[in-house]
Amino acid sequence: MKLRVLSDYPAIVVLFIWMLGPLIATIYYSLIRYNLLNPRIKGFAGIENYEFLLTDFVFTDSIYNSIQLLGSIIGITVVLGLLISYLLDQDLYGGRLLQLVIISPFFVMPTVSALIWKNLLMHPVNGYFTYLLGLFGLPPIDWFADIPLGSIIIIVSWNWLPFAVLVFITAQQSMSLEIKEASKMDGAGHLAFFFQIYLPHLGKAIGAVVMIQMIFHLNIFAEIFTTTTGGPGTQTTNLAFLVYRKALLDFDIGGASAGGIISIVFANIVAIFLLRMIAKNMNSD
Amino acid sequence: MGSINLVGVSKSFGDVLVIPSVDLEVNEGEFVVFVGPSGSGKSTLLRLIAGLEEVSKGRIEFNGQDMTNLAPAKRGLAMVFQSYALYPHMSVRENIGFPLKMAGMPKSEIAAKVQEAAKILNLSEYLERKPRQLSGGQRQRVAIGRAIVRQPKAFLFDEPLSNLDAALRINMRLEIMELHQQLKTTMIYVTHDQVEAMTMADKIVVLDHGNIEQVGSPLDLYRAPDNLFVAGFIGAPKMNFLTGGEASRHNATTIGVRPEHVQISKSSGLWTGKVGVSEHLGSDTFLHVNVEGQQAPLTVRTDGEVQLNYGETIYLSPEEDKVHKFDNNGKAIR
Amino acid sequence: MKSNRVLLSILGWVIGFIIFFPILWMVMASLKTEIEAVATPPSFFFIPTLENYFVVQNRSDYLNYAWNSIVISVFATLLAILIAVPASYSFAFRPTKRTKFKLVWILSTKMMPPVGVLIPMYLFYKNMGLLDTHLGLILIYTLMNLPIVIWVLYTYFKDIPQEILEAAQMECDDLLKIFLYILLPLSKSAIFSTSLLSIVLIWNESFWSLNLTAFEAAPLTAFISSYSSPEGLFWAKLSAASTLAILPIMFLGWVTQKQMVKGLTLGAVK
Repeated sequence: MKLRVLSDYPAIVVLFIWMLGPLIATIYYSLIRYNLLNPRIKGFAGIENYEFLLTDFVFTDSIYNSIQLLGSIIGITVVLGLLISYLLDQDLYGGRLLQLVIISPFFVMPTVSALIWKNLLMHPVNGYFTYLLGLFGLPPIDWFADIPLGSIIIIVSWNWLPFAVLVFITAQQSMSLEIKEASKMDGAGHLAFFFQIYLPHLGKAIGAVVMIQMIFHLNIFAEIFTTTTGGPGTQTTNLAFLVYRKALLDFDIGGASAGGIISIVFANIVAIFLLRMIAKNMNSD
Repeated sequence: MGSINLVGVSKSFGDVLVIPSVDLEVNEGEFVVFVGPSGSGKSTLLRLIAGLEEVSKGRIEFNGQDMTNLAPAKRGLAMVFQSYALYPHMSVRENIGFPLKMAGMPKSEIAAKVQEAAKILNLSEYLERKPRQLSGGQRQRVAIGRAIVRQPKAFLFDEPLSNLDAALRINMRLEIMELHQQLKTTMIYVTHDQVEAMTMADKIVVLDHGNIEQVGSPLDLYRAPDNLFVAGFIGAPKMNFLTGGEASRHNATTIGVRPEHVQISKSSGLWTGKVGVSEHLGSDTFLHVNVEGQQAPLTVRTDGEVQLNYGETIYLSPEEDKVHKFDNNGKAIR
Repeated sequence: MKSNRVLLSILGWVIGFIIFFPILWMVMASLKTEIEAVATPPSFFFIPTLENYFVVQNRSDYLNYAWNSIVISVFATLLAILIAVPASYSFAFRPTKRTKFKLVWILSTKMMPPVGVLIPMYLFYKNMGLLDTHLGLILIYTLMNLPIVIWVLYTYFKDIPQEILEAAQMECDDLLKIFLYILLPLSKSAIFSTSLLSIVLIWNESFWSLNLTAFEAAPLTAFISSYSSPEGLFWAKLSAASTLAILPIMFLGWVTQKQMVKGLTLGAVK
């Protein structure tokens, strides 16, 4: 019994402080007038910061952009991830090596992937894509000017596709060989097997991939920071970047904190579903 | 040295009462088997004795001394687990020596003890191997070796043979019995297999739903079961139960006849029936006979060479002095 | 059947090539001269040179950043493991009614978006003089990774059969001895691979590193983003630096892919 006192308390205490301290501070800051550049702006603001933020078109844009980023990236990674992991589940030549090759992008840090894509691939003059388009006689695309949000979606999807593949591969390993053989005996082809057996079996894994990506992609930051810095205009400003801009570029701590609280509320809506799923999973052990 | 006394022991997990109240005496040197179906509380009872579970109410005494709240390691008991619970990162030598090392015994002494135990258990050649390099039977021996070296006051076995195949199980059964003869130490052995119970035990404790149904020697339980549960659980194949007119003829609600206590005849007998499937074991044949007026077919043991066809009519008579009678509570009428 | 397998394999490798291409192209660019790197049409055949790597090295900041990445990820991982191991042990081997609640709660701290708490952390760090220090990032990464480390270790420890622990309990009364002789040796590899996972995650984290560091303690994520030169003049050097930044961690990533899934899905997928 003594062992417990010695063991899980440090973890719980530090996490408790880590969670509660900044949260309370953020709530506090979001309720006051606080600008680092102008100390004369001070005092209790009430919900003023929230009001100001909610009526700001940049905020509505950023919410819209956040949702668009989330939806597109998750859609792309889940669909492609399922197809690729199904393919990898077939007995391919060099399958193990191929798996390593395919999951590699996941270990590329976001700043590197953003820069590589921005410069080496998507550059309107010297980029590889421009060259490819030229081969087909197509005009070059100025990716970050013409489809800025789309470009970021492509980059993040490339980064995270391997995660989906990795999770699906792990999940499909728990499918017994006997089920596969039984379905072959029953005359199921690739299509029937994919939809009737493979997808239902991976249901839980798909749920996990969707929710975990939701939590991570709500906070997409480095890719925007290194490529478009939120522009052109507000076209690639998401909630995370908006908070950063308000705090560290406009020095409006109150407004930024209000944005932070809103993103916490956002994340918690997702988190409740994820935690429920995990708690349920623990019961079934 | 090793008498164990349970006084009003009860155990609940949360709101679930697993063992209502158990009183039991285990005498020194006895081989006691706890037997019962799964969920009967037999393993829980063993774990309470081991100290791996805390007793909710009641007392556990060793040699008359209260040990209810003593830590498992302080009770001087050794346990052999169903999964053997060998330490996978240690060699056989280290596994067997571990309890002695924990007790702070000098190295040379440990080495000698391990050698001795290994010799008894035919493990001398395998001392440097890791558990994963051993067969199931060898792992079982290592687990027993680890128990022996401590010279415990009593051995506890928790379904130790259930992970072995049938042939090996019979072998290990004999080895454990042999061990008991040599060491004369108290042993408590948990199993769901009534054959193991019958063949190994000095004393069988039949458990159901956390209650002791009957305690006695194997033959006591076979000859005079206290109730329907024990009657049905001990003996293979199972005792036949008959109700209705046949039972009331004996002034009972239910009567029971073991398959080996029924005579068959092709011409006349007390009951008329039709032969169903028959199981030929070579030495014996078990016939399943559908008797008029009884729902379940009766099992009858007869000699191995008998030839009867499916659907043939035969006549059965029980040996009257071997008929067991039970009242409407399932209790034996004597 | 056989021709089917060949076709599927070709399809698989083509997809693999497309997915891997950006990395391949980056490594190729790092071996070109700056002029070749921006050439249109792109040059596929060139005489590889390691010059860019030497230049990146010689600018010497690179080593500074790389060193920061190593110091921060290693120490934050050690600290997280140190706190997590005893916690996970008690969750796995001495569960109580509240264990499940505690575990889920620990996880929920991971769900908090960093932007939500950026302001107080930034101000707090500024007041405490922790901005742009190793200690500052080590602390934040320890806390950030603690839930994942606890969970991964917990799922590993739970795979250690309960009966082994009970057998040890029958033979030894001293929990510390059981810990040292039985549990620790049994979970060496679990702790090791969890540490690798944690290092990978910290190495690539770029929200806090971009916001809380400038130069002194800035890790590679921040270094690379500062490398964003305006008009493609230094693509080859950027590629060389990027290659140096991701290759070691990619190897670690290949080794730890299983833990990666366990850690990132928090045990929901096995």
